[in-house]
Amino acid sequence: MPETIAFYVFSAIAIGASALVIGQRNPMHSVLLLIASFGALAGLYIQLDAPFVAVAQIIIYAGAIMVLFLFVVMLLNAPQEDAAEWDRTHPLRQGVLARFGSLLALLLVVELVWALLGTSDVDRPVGEQAGAAGSVRALGKVLFTEYVFPFEATSVLILVAMVGAVVLARRESDES
Amino acid sequence: MEWLTPLVAPFIVLNAIIGIVTYVTLLERKFAARMQSRVGPYRVGPHGLLQPIADAIKLMMKEDVVPTAVDRPVYNLAPIVFLVPCMLIFATIPFAPGLGVADLNIGILFFLAVSAMEIVGLFMAGWGSNNKYALLSAMRAVNQVISYDLPFIFSALVPVLLAGSLRLSDIAAAQAGLWFVFYPVVGQLAFIAFIVSTVAAENRAPFDILEAESELVAGFRVEYSGMKFAIIQLAEYAHVVGASFLGALLFLGAWAGPGPEWLGPGWFLLKAMFVFLLVTWVRWSFVRIRVDQILALSWKVLLPATLVLLIAAAIVVVWRGTPGV
Amino acid sequence: MIPLGHYLFVSAVLFAIGTAGVFLRRNLITILLSIEIMLNAVNLTFVAFGRQLGGFDGQIIVFFVMTVAAAEAAVGLAIVIALYRHRESLNPDAFTALKW
Repeated sequence: MPETIAFYVFSAIAIGASALVIGQRNPMHSVLLLIASFGALAGLYIQLDAPFVAVAQIIIYAGAIMVLFLFVVMLLNAPQEDAAEWDRTHPLRQGVLARFGSLLALLLVVELVWALLGTSDVDRPVGEQAGAAGSVRALGKVLFTEYVFPFEATSVLILVAMVGAVVLARRESDES
Repeated sequence: MEWLTPLVAPFIVLNAIIGIVTYVTLLERKFAARMQSRVGPYRVGPHGLLQPIADAIKLMMKEDVVPTAVDRPVYNLAPIVFLVPCMLIFATIPFAPGLGVADLNIGILFFLAVSAMEIVGLFMAGWGSNNKYALLSAMRAVNQVISYDLPFIFSALVPVLLAGSLRLSDIAAAQAGLWFVFYPVVGQLAFIAFIVSTVAAENRAPFDILEAESELVAGFRVEYSGMKFAIIQLAEYAHVVGASFLGALLFLGAWAGPGPEWLGPGWFLLKAMFVFLLVTWVRWSFVRIRVDQILALSWKVLLPATLVLLIAAAIVVVWRGTPGV
Repeated sequence: MIPLGHYLFVSAVLFAIGTAGVFLRRNLITILLSIEIMLNAVNLTFVAFGRQLGGFDGQIIVFFVMTVAAAEAAVGLAIVIALYRHRESLNPDAFTALKW
């Protein structure tokens, strides 16, 4: 029973906070709400017997990526006063595009519902097979044997992203 | 009665922590006073022993001033968001064999993850205050905390590697023979790196640029008063005490010590206080250093050094043959 | 125990919210945040299915998604900073020129 309550509480926080992220105009509030949403998702991961993913979620997403966002929002001191103006000139406000957009939205919903209905075992409770899914040691073994090549590839990706970010964000002093 | 345990254990631990944290402030003030040839708090109660209680009552009675220009939801939530992670870090610490709130099998990762969340509350306080000093402080905080999270994690992972487990009670048990701080070279260097990054992660001098009184008044908490200020102070000290407990557990053998087994928690507390005094000693001995020096120290010295230490610890484990317990 | 479908439903709703954010919001930061929401929705699906099938594959894919998300956020925010320097705006419609 407590598990069920926890599930609904976490899901409600995740969905509500995410909806507010795109539902209000202050970028700083958006980032903070998203952190709350990610925290709730970490709770869901713990329920799914994936504690390591939950911890990684908090360290990487809430602790690093979101702090990066906070920092950029603060750095730019992003203007919010002309947000209403932006919304008025939104391309989706024009007649044809609005109809096309609604059609796409409807398609997305239909597709998601179709995918949900098409999944087998939807009603079976998760984790009936009592596996050692929670064991970090076993997870590490799989990660560093079976998946060692993708793992190394991601490290190269991170390196490239790092160099790219430094190059892009650098102030071009000789130009200005 | 079984269902009561998950409710009672956190209650007891939380209250014990708040008690310890309250008196740790007195310990620090006395210690600092001795270092500066003063007496420290002496008037309230015998030897100033009631000073923390007087401080707490004073803070509770104070008026809660909220400036008009603040970002209200962020400003009001910040102290709570700051306090919760600082209290949660005690959840996984076993105070004696089998005596703790939750001995998770990823205990140390939980500790690191939760203490990484502290920055969010700090940032909210700095941004929500709508004050340029608070904002500058939050900016510096992000720089510093992100830089020092990595050395902190890596130095804390050295004992993990030596013990071969992420569970805090296993790490403590693995030190029954030899405390990790006594491992030749690797242990001592990791301990030093841990202390340095703890001092930095707690934003204490010489790394206290984000609350540098002479430049930023009091940094991110300049607009806070009354109970909210008290909560922020409490959270900060709780974080220091939590990191001290972690240091004592990772490097100093936790509850191991002479005497009967029930003395274990006492030894643990004593060792944690030793780590705390070490941190305090650093705080009152050095002058504040510049922002660029702080970042250079993290990225150019501590991070490579802790990475090399991790590799060295791995070599020790391989050479020893068994992965810990 | 929670049925698998409940997790998938939460994930679908989150994904829809993220998609809506990308299309409806006119602020580069919020658009990047919406992409993060979508990535997280997918992560939840992976973990739920991984748990259902009883292996580690789901969790491991999530790590790769997280690294990609970190790389994406770093590069994306760097681009946002560079764009903001040029146009003093975060409105994506301000950046219609291919070159300046």
